[in-house]
Amino acid sequence: MHLAKVIGAVWATQKVESLRGERLLVVQPLTHELEPKGRPLVAVDTVSAAPGQLVYFVKSREAAKALPDQFNPADAAILGIVDDVHVTGGKRD
Amino acid sequence: MFLARVIGDVVSTVKHESLRARKLLIIERVGESGEPLGDTLLAIDSVDAGDGDIVLVIDEGGSAAMITGQKEPPIRTVIVGIVDRIDVEE
Repeated sequence: MHLAKVIGAVWATQKVESLRGERLLVVQPLTHELEPKGRPLVAVDTVSAAPGQLVYFVKSREAAKALPDQFNPADAAILGIVDDVHVTGGKRD
Repeated sequence: MFLARVIGDVVSTVKHESLRARKLLIIERVGESGEPLGDTLLAIDSVDAGDGDIVLVIDEGGSAAMITGQKEPPIRTVIVGIVDRIDVEE
């Protein structure tokens, strides 16, 4: 899974049946320091995320399993909204 | 499987049902000497790993399903072991 920021939404009226009713959001993947990493992508939303929010998403085949109808072509899905990120860099207290 | 170091964690209340009560850790991939490889990602913890631990990680859906005991979870990255020692022959 990867951290990302929601930076927009996609509207597509005409789409495959299995994605009907699903929200599509544009997310910018982030590093653990919350710096942009790579290109933005479109992910299916499963948690009612909003633009500007920090989220995490899963890529590839596992993304499809996040939707109620698992026979769908989603390859990225937002799985949660981030409340807080703690980075210690692996140094024990 | 690959090696990584736990470098932090993510707190998340609103999440997909399959992730309920699962600890989310930030991990950084490392080489066999523990050196950082510069790639970080989020993983589900299944072995009570802690900050700074070198861990064994799987990144594949079938294995993740087996570990979490769910039928078809949208999960692929799971910490499955805490590394005590790595011996590499030169």
